[in-house]
Amino acid sequence: MWDYTDKVKEHFLHPRNVGELEGANAIGETGSLNCGDALKLYLKVNKNERIIEATFMTFGCASAVASSSALTEIIKGMTLDDAAKVTNDDISDYLGGLPKAKMHCSVMGQSALKKAIANFRGVQILEKPGQIVCECFDVTDLEIIDAVKANGLETTDDVTDYLKAGGGCGQCLERIEEVIASTKVKG
Amino acid sequence: MKVIYTDNNATTKVAGEVIEEMMPYFAELYGNPSSMHTFGDEVGKRVKQARQQVADLINADPEEIVFTSCGTESDNAAINAAIKAFPKKKHLITSAVEHPAIKNLYSYLEKTQGYTVTFVPVDKKGRLNTAVLYESMSENTAIISLMWANNETGVIFPIEEVAQRANERGILFHTDAVQATGKIDIDVKKTGVDMLSLSGHKIHGPKGIGVLYVKKGFKFTPYLIGGHQEGGRRGGTENTAFIIGLGTACELAKQNLEIMNTRVRELRDYLQSQLLEKISCTSVNGVQDNRLPNTLSIGFDAVEGESILLLLDRDGICASSGSACTSGSLDPSHVLMAMEVPFKSAHGTIRFSLSHYNTKDEMDLIVKNLVPTIEKLRAMSPFWKDGKVV
Repeated sequence: MWDYTDKVKEHFLHPRNVGELEGANAIGETGSLNCGDALKLYLKVNKNERIIEATFMTFGCASAVASSSALTEIIKGMTLDDAAKVTNDDISDYLGGLPKAKMHCSVMGQSALKKAIANFRGVQILEKPGQIVCECFDVTDLEIIDAVKANGLETTDDVTDYLKAGGGCGQCLERIEEVIASTKVKG
Repeated sequence: MKVIYTDNNATTKVAGEVIEEMMPYFAELYGNPSSMHTFGDEVGKRVKQARQQVADLINADPEEIVFTSCGTESDNAAINAAIKAFPKKKHLITSAVEHPAIKNLYSYLEKTQGYTVTFVPVDKKGRLNTAVLYESMSENTAIISLMWANNETGVIFPIEEVAQRANERGILFHTDAVQATGKIDIDVKKTGVDMLSLSGHKIHGPKGIGVLYVKKGFKFTPYLIGGHQEGGRRGGTENTAFIIGLGTACELAKQNLEIMNTRVRELRDYLQSQLLEKISCTSVNGVQDNRLPNTLSIGFDAVEGESILLLLDRDGICASSGSACTSGSLDPSHVLMAMEVPFKSAHGTIRFSLSHYNTKDEMDLIVKNLVPTIEKLRAMSPFWKDGKVV
């Protein structure tokens, strides 16, 4: 059984801001049915670029639902510039922490938010820079390097917990190990 | 809160009768069954009786029963004995849907000991592709190991047929009967298996005790090398209280076999038909007829298993899910993947496994919980709209 905080349980049992949002002018989607979790984030942004409403639809485990619910609570009332600075750690902190193996749920929240902001601004998210390492979850070497540096990750399991990379077919695990090793060497 | 326990393929409630039989052997009757005094021999006689009770359940001779610490040890001991008996044969056969005790052991042997392994596929209903199995049998095959019934879906494999084909070819045959024991009739003589594993805690016995049946005449090399216990087939002082508890559990399992295949089956079928009727876009994994009477693996489209389990847990309902949502690996179980169950229902698969302790009221409470639970999760799911998967 997962060691969820009371706040995670509470947000799972009583999620805030569930459902499609009529008149949403920014939408961000991440994940898929095949992956096992997915989040669709709806925002209503006013002309001052302030988020006046935020809702979500989530398919996934309890921590995925709780992370989505927390995300909408965090960003409501924020300007897009401030919202753009929200990280997965903010989501996890808001919930009193997530089990390490569930950190990717908060990463999913951050990713959907980035996409929604880009969607509002009419910016096309360009193809990700770097080389794809994990085909299953579409994760690049640069993303792994960022996550390793930002969170002090040490093992392939750590990387899988945060980015899901390596958690599918597992064929890229050796490559992930190389990326971790080279990141450590370079500092 | 009252617990509704429908996770009996994971483990079972230890029967009151079993606990009662075990207790004296933790306390005043602590003798060693191998000792040369009446005090120890009293325990020895009781262990002998337990061995007979186990043998009776599977129609074996008592000398063919080897007590082990668990089903996993039994499986490991069986495969170890096969590769020691035929050191030159470097091919192993099993199915694609085995328990990790065989699956991971085979993979280990493949990676580190130079074995080639045939993992025989199953079809979409979980049935074994016996044509592939027979095709793969060769002079080089050391052993075929097949689970008698699958832990997740309950699908029963044609053990008698495969055992006979293996015998004809002179290939050793082992079956992991951990899930089948106590649920369907097991007869080692009729089926002609060479070795069979079973486990105490799946049949209302204690955890930490298992059995390996070893057919008379097979030159068995022990896995745990030590003393003369278990006829020289497993070292270590007998776990007397647990052996005695398992003996009682086996006797009870034999008595309850009919209830399992009548009342428990009816309860399972009732739960299944209620859920199929009351919740749309729901599908059962595995064949209907050739399936353990207590097992229901059922997938709800567009929702995720862990979320369902936690909402069931609020009402004290214990079940398990078909996807191990651990770490980043959100893949559904290897069993569901081998059956090519579509992702949309594989992620939302729940396994209910019943016992004779369950009641119809409990089935009704499960349905009463699940209908709004699935509705709530679907209302939240981006893949569900207007009553169907999008």
